[in-house]
Amino acid sequence: MARTRFAGDLGLTTRMTAVIFLLGGLFVALVVGLMYAFPAYAWLIGLAGIGIAWWQWYSSDTIAMKAMRAREVNQQQAPELYGMIQRLCTLADMPMPRVGVADTDLPNAFATGRSPRRAVVVVTTGILRRLDAEELEGVLAHELSHVAHRDVLVMTVASTAGIIAGMLGRGAQYGAMFGGFGGGRRDDRNNGGLPIWLIVLVGSLIVYAISFLLLRLLSRYRELAADRAGAQLTMKPRALASALQKITGEINRIPQKDLRSAQPMNAFFFAPAISGVSLKTLTSTHPSLEQRLAQLARIEAELGRPGS
Amino acid sequence: MGFWDTLTGRSKPKQANLDALFQVPSAALTLQSALGFVPTGDGAVCYRAAAGAGFADAQRDLVALLGEGSDAPKVTTQSDSYGFTWLLVDNEPLDPQNPDLTGLCTDLHAVNTTLEQDGYGPGLLCSLIPFADSAGRKVGLVYLYKQGTFYPFAPTGPNSRDNLLEIQVRDTLKGDLSLEPELSRWMALWGAPGL
Repeated sequence: MARTRFAGDLGLTTRMTAVIFLLGGLFVALVVGLMYAFPAYAWLIGLAGIGIAWWQWYSSDTIAMKAMRAREVNQQQAPELYGMIQRLCTLADMPMPRVGVADTDLPNAFATGRSPRRAVVVVTTGILRRLDAEELEGVLAHELSHVAHRDVLVMTVASTAGIIAGMLGRGAQYGAMFGGFGGGRRDDRNNGGLPIWLIVLVGSLIVYAISFLLLRLLSRYRELAADRAGAQLTMKPRALASALQKITGEINRIPQKDLRSAQPMNAFFFAPAISGVSLKTLTSTHPSLEQRLAQLARIEAELGRPGS
Repeated sequence: MGFWDTLTGRSKPKQANLDALFQVPSAALTLQSALGFVPTGDGAVCYRAAAGAGFADAQRDLVALLGEGSDAPKVTTQSDSYGFTWLLVDNEPLDPQNPDLTGLCTDLHAVNTTLEQDGYGPGLLCSLIPFADSAGRKVGLVYLYKQGTFYPFAPTGPNSRDNLLEIQVRDTLKGDLSLEPELSRWMALWGAPGL
């Protein structure tokens, strides 16, 4: 019996599923709240929110390519990059995505598109310059894992509650300005209590805040899952690890120059930020470098274990 | 990927499909009678070598296993610029009147099953069986492990391939092998050993 060296991470799966269920619960709560509180207008806002989310997902490839000013390259223009992606796709049994290159020195890469068949993988010239072939392959495998996991779809669906809450909040602001969010019913409901637009504003702000934190949490879990799948695809966790170190080091170096001027202020701080859960770790979209390296080290140990 | 795997972000490594390799000997006869291409007797397996002792052990055992015996082929490994490893099975040139690829296919299959048993099946990329005709043209029959299909690859230079010949070969072998229908999967293997 062939044994597997590609064990899944049960803890990660469980945490991710829990977060998705919480986001789903938030969405249901929002819809139920709308049903109780409001007549037609709020429904329109909700539908518009879903429409925006759908459009973001549907045209994600063109939007992202335009935003990054990326140009599409074919096999003749970038034979090495193209060949690398094609080999990875063959190894993973995926359709070949379109390949884009963005002319910017910031070392980065991303993958987007509404489905694996309509996906696009974009790398910047900065990342092409800084990474060697093996590291670049690790990064590309990570991006292709995002495509395989349909992360654009999952994150868009997950963000619907937040989008709707954000639009409701905006609507409530206008409601405050033009008198009455719920149209004629404002007077019925407003006897001696808080104005209804204030309730909507506060409620939608709360929903938005919760969904913001949950989304960031989900995003970090998806990154870890993509690291894992990418490292297992290339079978070289070390290459991805060194690429991550190079890139995060490079990106971190930029703000550090400005922070140096703030260093004398450190004397006034009571203690450095708690290493466990700080505001920064709660709101970042990517897991910390230590977390990612620790996971890659575990995968490397699993892959390299001597045969029985 | 299913709905649940998408939700939990868990893609499973795709396992290789090994069985179709044994259809090659009969396809080789068809290719020889129809287009005059004779197998060179060599073959190669391309795979991704994992880091660490586990894979090094597996590969060493494999090379030793294939090299045993008096008429055993010469087995070597080399790595290409994309970071993949080619395991070359180098046989004596075959008798053009009666080429028999069964032995070669058994050897290639042994490589695949050994790697798979050690847990490295997802790292298999493709197998290559080169053919040549009397005019010096070369075409390789490439087996894609993950799709379980074949396609022809006929390089004519460092960065060019003979698409007409490839399509000719595809049409010839239609009845013998399951050929890759999607042309975008006909990966270019520049500098592949034996071509």
